[in-house]
Amino acid sequence: MSATPQTSSARANILARLRSKPVPPLPQPTVQVWTSQMGDQPVEVLRQSLKSNLEAAHAEVIQAGPEGWRATLQKVCQDQGIKTLMLPRSLPPTLDIAPWDQGPALSRFDQPMETLKDSLFNQVDAGFTLAECAIADTGTLVLLSSPEQPRSLSLVPPVHICLLDVRRLHTDMPTALAREQWASAMPTNLIFVSGPSKTADIQQTLAYGAHGPKSLIVILVEEDLQ
Amino acid sequence: MPPPTPKGTGSHPGTVYFFGTCLVDLFDPLAGLSAMEILEQRGIRVVFPDSQSCCGQPAYTSGYPAEALKVAAQQVVLFEEDWPIIVPSGSCAGMMKHHWLRLFGKDHPLYDKVQAIAGRIYEFTEFLVKVLDVRLDDRGAPCKIVLHTSCSARREMGVHLTSKALLAQLDKVEVLQQEREAECCGFGGTFSVRQPELSAAMAGDKAQALEATGAELLVSADCGCLSNINGTLAKSGSKFQGQHIATFLKSRLEPKA
Amino acid sequence: MSAPQVNSTQPMHFMPGPGFRSRSKEVLDNPFLRQSFRGAMDFLMQKRAAQFPDPANLEALRSQGEAIRKYSLSRLPDLLEQLEANLTRNGIQVHWAENPEQAQDIIAGLMEKAQAPLMVKGKSMVSEEVELNHALIARGMDALESDMGEYIVQLAGERPSHIIMPAIHKTKEEIARLFAEKVPGVDYTDSVDELIQIGRRVLREKFRETKVGLSGVNFAVAETGTLCLVENEGNGRMCTTVPDMHIAITGIEKVVEKLEHVPPLLALLTRSATGQAVTTYFNWISSPRKAHELDGPKEVHLVLVDNGRTQAYAREDFRSTLQCIRCGACMNHCPVYTRIGGLAYGTTYPGPIGKIISPHMLGLEGTGELVTASSLCGACGEVCPVRIPIPELLIDLRARSQSGGPDPFTPQLKGEGSNRKPFMALAFSLWSLLYRSPGLYRLFAWSATRFRALAPRNQGAWTRTRTPLIPAKKSLHELVRERRNQ
Repeated sequence: MSATPQTSSARANILARLRSKPVPPLPQPTVQVWTSQMGDQPVEVLRQSLKSNLEAAHAEVIQAGPEGWRATLQKVCQDQGIKTLMLPRSLPPTLDIAPWDQGPALSRFDQPMETLKDSLFNQVDAGFTLAECAIADTGTLVLLSSPEQPRSLSLVPPVHICLLDVRRLHTDMPTALAREQWASAMPTNLIFVSGPSKTADIQQTLAYGAHGPKSLIVILVEEDLQ
Repeated sequence: MPPPTPKGTGSHPGTVYFFGTCLVDLFDPLAGLSAMEILEQRGIRVVFPDSQSCCGQPAYTSGYPAEALKVAAQQVVLFEEDWPIIVPSGSCAGMMKHHWLRLFGKDHPLYDKVQAIAGRIYEFTEFLVKVLDVRLDDRGAPCKIVLHTSCSARREMGVHLTSKALLAQLDKVEVLQQEREAECCGFGGTFSVRQPELSAAMAGDKAQALEATGAELLVSADCGCLSNINGTLAKSGSKFQGQHIATFLKSRLEPKA
Repeated sequence: MSAPQVNSTQPMHFMPGPGFRSRSKEVLDNPFLRQSFRGAMDFLMQKRAAQFPDPANLEALRSQGEAIRKYSLSRLPDLLEQLEANLTRNGIQVHWAENPEQAQDIIAGLMEKAQAPLMVKGKSMVSEEVELNHALIARGMDALESDMGEYIVQLAGERPSHIIMPAIHKTKEEIARLFAEKVPGVDYTDSVDELIQIGRRVLREKFRETKVGLSGVNFAVAETGTLCLVENEGNGRMCTTVPDMHIAITGIEKVVEKLEHVPPLLALLTRSATGQAVTTYFNWISSPRKAHELDGPKEVHLVLVDNGRTQAYAREDFRSTLQCIRCGACMNHCPVYTRIGGLAYGTTYPGPIGKIISPHMLGLEGTGELVTASSLCGACGEVCPVRIPIPELLIDLRARSQSGGPDPFTPQLKGEGSNRKPFMALAFSLWSLLYRSPGLYRLFAWSATRFRALAPRNQGAWTRTRTPLIPAKKSLHELVRERRNQ
C-alpha cells in the first residue's frame, strides 16, 4: 500500500473514532427472503423466465437452431447487418469459429486494449462472448473476465452477442451465489448484464444505447461452454 | 338504538379514560363531547381526568423534548386504573403510544408506567372498530363525504382503515375518493409556521383535491389537519368545510329531527 | 490529448445557508416546475409500487435489508480493516480521507501521478459531497461527468437535483436547447433518442482518450475485497474498464461483510430507486488488470471518506443514518421534495435523507433550517428499504440543533445548539408551564374561550393562507364539568 503519511493518520483517526464507543456486534444475518419465490424449477421454466425478462429489457433471445449455434450466429449477423465481429482471444476448441464465407469478418481480442482501442471503439460492429451462467428471475447474464475473454468485449461494440448454455441457469441471484462459489476466487471483473445499455435521464423517457451496446442478443444452446 | 354487539377483541370494557387533547379542548370541544357520548351510548362509563392537558407533541416535534417531557409526565400519572385510554386524534394517540417511550427513555422513573399506558392507548375510531366492533345505524339523510386521515394516524395507528370501516357502515353516506389520499396536508405542528410557504403549498393542494371530489363534507379524525385544511379552505372563500369524525358519527346516529 | 473542454462555472459549495426558504419559495411559485416534479415523482412512486406487489414480502425484504445494514455497521471498523486487507491483497490501493480536502488531495495526487489533466467520471454522490470537480478545477485539472443526467447538469453549470436522476428538473426541450448551445456541431433536436446519441458520441471519445476514470461504489464486500457498482447506462463500466487508472470513492459506511449480503440489498436498491427488478449492469470489481489480461485499468484505487460519518456512528441514536443505501425512495415519496425538487435544499443529498445526513457532514449551524422543513408525515420512513426511522431522526436533530447548553455526558454534534432561538425557547418554556399546571391551564382556557372575540385576527404565518384559529365558546374541560353537574 502506498499510504502517504496523511492518509495513514486519517486511517488511524477514522478507525479510532469508530472505536471510541464500543458497539456490540449483532448476530450474523441470514439471507432467507427473496423477491420471487420460484424455488427449484425445471430448466424449461427457468428458460422461459429468463427469456421473458430479457425481452422485457429490450434484449433479443434466440434458441439455436438444429444446424447449431454457429449458423444461428451467422444469421443474426446477417439480419443485423453486422459486418465485423470480434471474438474473445481464444475460445475452447469445441466452440471455436472458423473463418466463414458468408458471415461477418472475424477478428479476435488478441492484443492489449491500448492497441485495439481504435478498432474496438470505431470499427467492430459486434462483440461475441460466452456467458458463465445466468439468472432466471431477473433475466440476467453472468460474464466473467479472463485473459481469454476481456471484459470490454461485452461493453464497447454497439452490439453484444452472448452465447448461453441454458443448463447453467439459476433461479435467482442468491442461488447463483451459493452454487457458483465465486467468493472463493473472485475474477478481476464479474459482470451481471440484464439487457442493452439504457437511460431514462431525460424526462424519464427510456432510450437504449446510452454508452454500452445498443442491442443485446442472447443465443441459447444446450452444450458445454467451459 | 340497537345494543352494541361487542366482538373485536371480545372484551367490552365497562370503563374507559378519555384524553381530549389540547386542540380539541380549546378549538373543537364538540368533537370530544361527541366521542364521549358515542361511547356512553354503548354503555361505557367514560372517565375524563380533569388535570389532563396535552400529550406534549408540539414541543416534542419542535425539538424541545425537555419541555415536552414535563408536560407528558403530568399526563402519565392520570391513568392509574387499568382502563383503555381513548384519544380522539391519531397523532396524539401515536405520540402517547409510540413516542412517549422514546421521550421518557428507559431510565426515567415513569418508564414502566409509560410502557403500561402504551398498551392501553386507542385512537377513537380504532377503539370503536377493534375493541367494540360496533354496528352503526345510519339515521341521517343521504350525503357524500370525503375522508382525510392524518399521517401519523395512518402510519402509526392504522386509523385510515378503522375510519373507513366505520364510514362504510353508514348506509346513506357515500365516501368519495380524493387524489393522492395518503399525502400529507402540510400541517405538521410548528412546520406550518416555520416553513409557511411549503405548508401552504401542501395545504392548498390537499384542500383542492378534497374539494374537487364534489363531497358535501370533509371528515377527519384529527383536529390538527382539520384546522389546517378548514382554515385554508375558508381563506380561499370556499364554503366546503371539514368536521371531526366523532361529531359526524354522532350526527348520523341521532334520530332524524 | 486535447485540453479539457468542461465548463468551470458550476456554482460553488454545497451549503444550504439561510437561503432554503427563499429557494423553495421560488420553486413553489413556478407552476411549471412544480408540475414537472410532481409528474416525475408520481412516475417513480408507481414504478416502485409495481415492484412490490406483495406487502408481506416487502416487509420481510425490508427487515432483512435492515438486519444486514445494522449488522455491517455493528462491525464497521473491523469490516473496514478486512476490506482494506483483501483489497490490498487483490492489488487495489486503499486511501483514507477524513474530510473533503483530504479526499481532493488524494485524488488530485493520483491524477498528477497518472499525468492526467482530465478524469472521466461515473456517477458518484460522494464525489459531489467532497466537491471534487471544483477542487480539480482549482488545481488546473478537470473532470467530465459521463452519467447522462450528470453530463446534462454539468453542461448546464448546475448541480444534481436528485441522487438517482440528477437532471430530473429539466425538460427535454431545455436539454435540447442546452445541447444545441453547448455541444459543438449539434443542431436543436428534442428527440430523446437523438439527444442520448449525441451524449454517447461525445462521451465515447472521452472514455477512449482519458487516462483516469472515477466511480462511486454501491457496496464494498469485505470478505472478497470487491467493489460493486449498480448502473444502467454502461458509463460506469466504461470509467472502470477503459482508462489506465480507476479511482473509486465511497463513504466508509458502504461496506458489507459477505458477498451473500449483497443480493438482498441490490434487490431493495433497484426496486426502491427506479422500480427496476435489476439494473442493466451490476459490476463487481476485485482487482486491477492481472498479468495476461488484455484490458481493465492497470491501477485501481479506493478512497474511503469519513466526512462526518464517524460522528453519526459514535451516537447510537444517529447510527441508523448510515444504514442508507442511497436509493432515493425517501425523496420520491416526500411531499416537500415533490414540491421543491432537490436544488432548493442546497446540499449534496436533498430530500429526507439529505436532512438527516447533511448535519453530520456540514454541521447543524448550516443545516438547522433543513431539519425543520418536514411535516413529519412519515412517508419517507414508510418506504425506506432499510427502515431508517427518518422522522424520529429529524425530531432528534431538531432537538440537537436547538439544545440549550452542552450536555457533558454525550458527545456533541457539530453545530449543536446553533439554531437556538431565545424566543422559541421561551415560548416552549411558557407553554410547558401552562400545560403542566392544571390550575393555570384552567384559568388560561377559561379566559381564552371567554375572550375569544379578542383572539388576534393576524396570527402571523398561519393566517397568511388560513383563517385565524379562534377558541370555542367553552373548552371541553368546561363542558365535561357542566355535564357532570347536571
